[in-house]
Amino acid sequence: MSSGAKLGHIVPPKIRFREPQIEMAHGAGGKASRRLVEGLFAPFFFGEFPGPLGDAAQLKINGARMAVTTDSFVVKPLVFPGGSIGELAVNGTVNDLAVSGAKPEALVITLILEAGLRTDVLQAEIQAIADSAQRAGVRIAGGDTKVVEHGKADSMYITTTGLGAPIPGIEIDPRSVRPGDKVLLSGPIGDHGITILLARGELDMEGDLRSDTRSVFPLVGALAQAAGPGVRWMRDPTRGGVATSLNELARDCGLGVILFEDSIPVHDAVRGACELLGLEPLHIANEGQFLSVLAPELADAALKALQEAPGGDEARIIGEMREQPAGSVLVTTLYGGSRIVDMLVGDPLPRIC
Amino acid sequence: MSTDGEAEIPPGGCHMCLAIPGKIVELVSDNPNSAMVDVVGMRRRVDLGLLEEDRPVPGDWVLIHVGFAMSKISEVDAIDQMKTLEMLGECEAAVQEVRGYGLEETDEKQAPQDGSLSGD
Amino acid sequence: MKYVDEFRDPELITKAAEEIRRLADPNRHYRLMEVCGGHTHAIYRFGLKDVLPPNIELIHGPGCPVCVLPMGRIDDALSVAADPDVIFAAFGDMMRVPGTHGSPLEHKARGMDVRIVYSPTDAIKLAKLNAQKHVMFFAIGFETTAPSTALTLQRAKAEGIHNFSVFCNHVTIIPAIRAILDSPDMRLDGFIGPGHVSTVIGCRPYEWIAKNERKPIVVCGFEPLDLLQSIVMLLAQLQKGEAKVENQYKRVVPWEGNRAALKAMAEIFQLRPYFEWRGLGFISQSALRIREEYAEWDAEQRFHVPGIRVTDPKAAQCGEVLKGVLKPAQCKLFGRECTPENPVGALMVSSEGSCAAYYNYEHRKANLLTSISASA
Repeated sequence: MSSGAKLGHIVPPKIRFREPQIEMAHGAGGKASRRLVEGLFAPFFFGEFPGPLGDAAQLKINGARMAVTTDSFVVKPLVFPGGSIGELAVNGTVNDLAVSGAKPEALVITLILEAGLRTDVLQAEIQAIADSAQRAGVRIAGGDTKVVEHGKADSMYITTTGLGAPIPGIEIDPRSVRPGDKVLLSGPIGDHGITILLARGELDMEGDLRSDTRSVFPLVGALAQAAGPGVRWMRDPTRGGVATSLNELARDCGLGVILFEDSIPVHDAVRGACELLGLEPLHIANEGQFLSVLAPELADAALKALQEAPGGDEARIIGEMREQPAGSVLVTTLYGGSRIVDMLVGDPLPRIC
Repeated sequence: MSTDGEAEIPPGGCHMCLAIPGKIVELVSDNPNSAMVDVVGMRRRVDLGLLEEDRPVPGDWVLIHVGFAMSKISEVDAIDQMKTLEMLGECEAAVQEVRGYGLEETDEKQAPQDGSLSGD
Repeated sequence: MKYVDEFRDPELITKAAEEIRRLADPNRHYRLMEVCGGHTHAIYRFGLKDVLPPNIELIHGPGCPVCVLPMGRIDDALSVAADPDVIFAAFGDMMRVPGTHGSPLEHKARGMDVRIVYSPTDAIKLAKLNAQKHVMFFAIGFETTAPSTALTLQRAKAEGIHNFSVFCNHVTIIPAIRAILDSPDMRLDGFIGPGHVSTVIGCRPYEWIAKNERKPIVVCGFEPLDLLQSIVMLLAQLQKGEAKVENQYKRVVPWEGNRAALKAMAEIFQLRPYFEWRGLGFISQSALRIREEYAEWDAEQRFHVPGIRVTDPKAAQCGEVLKGVLKPAQCKLFGRECTPENPVGALMVSSEGSCAAYYNYEHRKANLLTSISASA
């Protein structure tokens, strides 16, 4: 034993992040992001072997249980069909709380504004934040604002920190996932990411698509009521898409995820855009969907509850957990072909959420 | 085109062989080389410069590659191909049936499957 | 999606797979090469190896233009773009291809003006929007893409756009196929022929493969049913001892090719006496350069290009994998030092490269103990 044994002396953790500088890929939500969080942040904050990292932290303060999470929003353009950065900032954090099994209660908001930002633009976003918070049933409890020089903030960056009350009877833990568990998806994928890509106007491509940004808490609530004890895991597939979230699950629980390609809901326009650009829909960001893994005996009841809830009509069971391929996600087709889908590498769509 | 200073990392997928069928929905009025195509609701501008000897009109389907229309898609040939594919294995089934009648097969080359399998 | 979904019909795919099993001689091991990187990608993306019998082996050919580009050419182009008044424009696939001092993307992170374009005409638009700068378009691709570059250059000249040039790396497919057939290590039974290159050059250029080399070649589309039907057609030829050129991709490929495209190419380009191909060495008459009449728009004439030659790291076996002599997993660096995130060679960067395709879609399937049933 060496110097670490001294009382009050912090042993420098083993850093597994060896890259000399930060690249765009580190913020994309895929492999590089994972390396940054697990290799550089987690050792300092959580110790050597922190266990699976979730969407929100479950804290116990003076006997009261509370979920807390934070997220930042860097979106270009600020406004797009279906929403704006203000809505993303509220719904994104509300959804992180919801999929951690908590009822969202309050948000605090940090704004980093670029000097030169027009007041009417800012006001529109403040309105959007207020409206979304009201729709989601959360209080804005406070916040902070900073202004940086022109050119340093892409108009505005928003960080939201959210607090929620854990839903009784819901225990999210990837380690509780078993072979045979079903994978449930709340609705069609790819709408948000492709909407942003088109809204950038760089592609000479247009289509009738809107961001799917919304609070998923009502659907999570319906799921909890119908199948609470059977819910093993949930996640909102934002950056990196469904593939990245499910790869993280596969790694965390050591099982394989088998997806049935023909069951995965995708709007035609998203499919068309992906075919045109050579993109994989499973890698595209979503802002109004969530994944859930359920005990098989409760899966049908869960699906029914979602499909009957407002906004849940396109929910589907898209796959199941199996022993193999351990740690990976395999997409299968009706004719017996299959392919592995990995976590996102690189950053196909930066500044997406 | 990407915007100034942005680290726009590529959409995945290689553009070299990526070519997609799209339907011409509109010719651009002030540019004979330009048209709008539709791919299940996604509309994209394409350049018709490589098809000037056989200009497509709205309603035609073309193969799109790096923003250019490379070729018109022949509906007749597509239907013909589907028919061939649907018949796969059926000729063999027919042959088995005939064999079942106990007729002697004198010459393999007369078996009916040659023409329809190769899709010429 | 019309002309796509019909060719992905699961019932017809199953039928075609059954026909393949029926036609394949169980006492024979078939080695079929798909030349084009797009076919390699399609085979993995649709999981087609899962439906083929084990005695049909698909060998990946060198038809991936990013994969066969020597690193020195990227270094050359980046050295021109080091000038702050030059904008480096290229398709997305080029952005992460490693040069000696990093990929274009890494150069961008260090301050170089690097832009993604989705069409060569986008590059001209960039030039018009940035009159104070010079836009250099890094052109790459086989005959599928060369005509688009040609047309773009015609327009640049016609419209008098002088702050624009092309760094031309277009290569031609026939010499690559010839190099494969000339390779002593290679034993092949037939070819799945390039689909989109053939929309330009037609099917005639492949006739020598059938006549002189006595190998069947079927020009093939990119959907699962196209690939399976082409394999059916190849097996049928092999069964009869035939060697012909056939056109499976008739709905798109005209036998005579695209005259307008060939005309544009002939006006703008001429064949280089020789060109270096990664893994295949120097091949004569295998690449295009811009004609003298368009010298002003030829980056290699307008700028000083160092002519850097870089040999691949010794341990990387890109050449052998490109020729189909080695499978990706047999390269010593595969999955270890060389991954899609940290590629050593271009076969791991381009999604058409056999190493990337295998890594991304396939190699973890090797652990599957039971066959996958795809019930919904």
